[in-house]
Amino acid sequence: MEEQVIPGWKKWFEGSGDQIIFLKGFFRNMFRGGFEWSEFVRQCYEIGYKSFMLVGITSFIMGLVLALQLRPTLVNFGALSMLPKSLAVSIVREIGPIITAMICAGKIGSGIGAELGSMKVTEQIDAMEVSGANPVQYLIVTRILATTFMVPVLTLLGDVLGLLGGFIAINITSSVSVMLYFNKCLASIDFTDFLPAFIKTIFFGFIIGFVGCYKGYNSNRGTASVGLAANSAVVTASLWIFVIDAIVVQVSSLLFYR
Amino acid sequence: MLLWYRLAVYFFIVNMEETEKNSEKKSKPSETVIHIKGLKKSFGSNDVLKNINLDVKRGENVVILGKSGTGKSVTIQCIVGTLAPDAGEVTVFGEEVASLKERQLKELRMKIGFLFQGGALYDSMTVRENLEFPLTRVLKLKDQGEIDRRVEEVLDNVGLSDAIDKMPSDLSGGMRKRVGLARTLIVKPEIMLYDEPTTGLDPITSREISELILQMQKKYKTTSIIITHDMECAGITADRVVIMRDGEYTAEGSFEELKKSKDEFVRSFF
Repeated sequence: MEEQVIPGWKKWFEGSGDQIIFLKGFFRNMFRGGFEWSEFVRQCYEIGYKSFMLVGITSFIMGLVLALQLRPTLVNFGALSMLPKSLAVSIVREIGPIITAMICAGKIGSGIGAELGSMKVTEQIDAMEVSGANPVQYLIVTRILATTFMVPVLTLLGDVLGLLGGFIAINITSSVSVMLYFNKCLASIDFTDFLPAFIKTIFFGFIIGFVGCYKGYNSNRGTASVGLAANSAVVTASLWIFVIDAIVVQVSSLLFYR
Repeated sequence: MLLWYRLAVYFFIVNMEETEKNSEKKSKPSETVIHIKGLKKSFGSNDVLKNINLDVKRGENVVILGKSGTGKSVTIQCIVGTLAPDAGEVTVFGEEVASLKERQLKELRMKIGFLFQGGALYDSMTVRENLEFPLTRVLKLKDQGEIDRRVEEVLDNVGLSDAIDKMPSDLSGGMRKRVGLARTLIVKPEIMLYDEPTTGLDPITSREISELILQMQKKYKTTSIIITHDMECAGITADRVVIMRDGEYTAEGSFEELKKSKDEFVRSFF
């Protein structure tokens, strides 16, 4: 029994060590000259622009559903006027960042894992390496920085569309002007609501890119490992998103909401 | 004044002799460019390479034959530094590969071209972008005119000028290998390593690729190691054939010599 446990721990430690080395390689290559701007912009387009519809529609529906669900509860307490405030705080602080990050982990993380895994299987990464080019700088640095940059941007767009969804839900049953609704929303959130939420999306973006790249770049040979890389990229990134969320909420509670 | 004149003439003559020596050294056909001694490599309990010794001279085409899984690809991966040997030494241009630092290894790799079995074309890029990649990232060329000229020249050499704007997915297996060959030759490497260049191709295309390898070797004056199972390819390209068995070299000689070998294992390849 003991013999089975030790290799598992050994493997875990080896994996952790590999990830630290990979992270070190990322930072070393990020500050090395010859940044791949064109590839970075291409990745921002692939990651950001092509995910916009999915993030937008999901956030819009989440805002709409949240407003429809909140309304009866608030009516029971006689606090219907609190609906825009409740929507704004919950979307900006938590729902917007988490929904966007989970969608990005699924769409972008798996995409990066599968793409790099397939490049590994078809020896494209090896070809780059033996030619004297720098695959980490070209493939890894650009992708991780693109996710780190684009996930916060997508979250901001998701927040706006989520609030718009809430506005539509409110207007199904009563008539509220756009200006009044958004004024109430903006008046109810301040710097301490927005900043921690925005900062955590930067970490979400980084972890989605990092995990996707690590799993894809270190996948085994064989077609099955491409699927495995994509799958484990999503699972690991999703888990990390919740861990980071818990840590950031704790820290921001200590700093801002005491 | 006379003394200064004599000194100047003396240094001029010494300098000329030195230059001649260097140029002789560079073009000397018998110079060993790849030296492998006592190379061992294991993966877990599987001893893939047990004791490999090989010298490859400048301008020579060496074909390595052997059954699948005998460590042929592992040998060339040790040469290019993607795998570190467990024991023994691999020296390329007088430098021991395992002891090189990252920058030195990168510089060495710029002199080595590696043609992968499937061509390993970057499938998100067109043929043109594939060929531009090593020019802009490895040689750091900036002049677009020079880049275009080299891309067109090398594509013309492999007979694929029309495919310049195609995606790798639009190319046949033979065309991919030609483009892969063009991509490695575009940086004008001194050594070419071919990992099963004709595997998966029909006999006619295989022959074309083998002849292309020979043509390119003559044109670019490269030293080559070719790993293959294709005897026709070996017959066309080889100056010398080395046969591997169980992680060791068992026979060595010209294609014709080995064809007449008395060893049953060696003869079984022909």
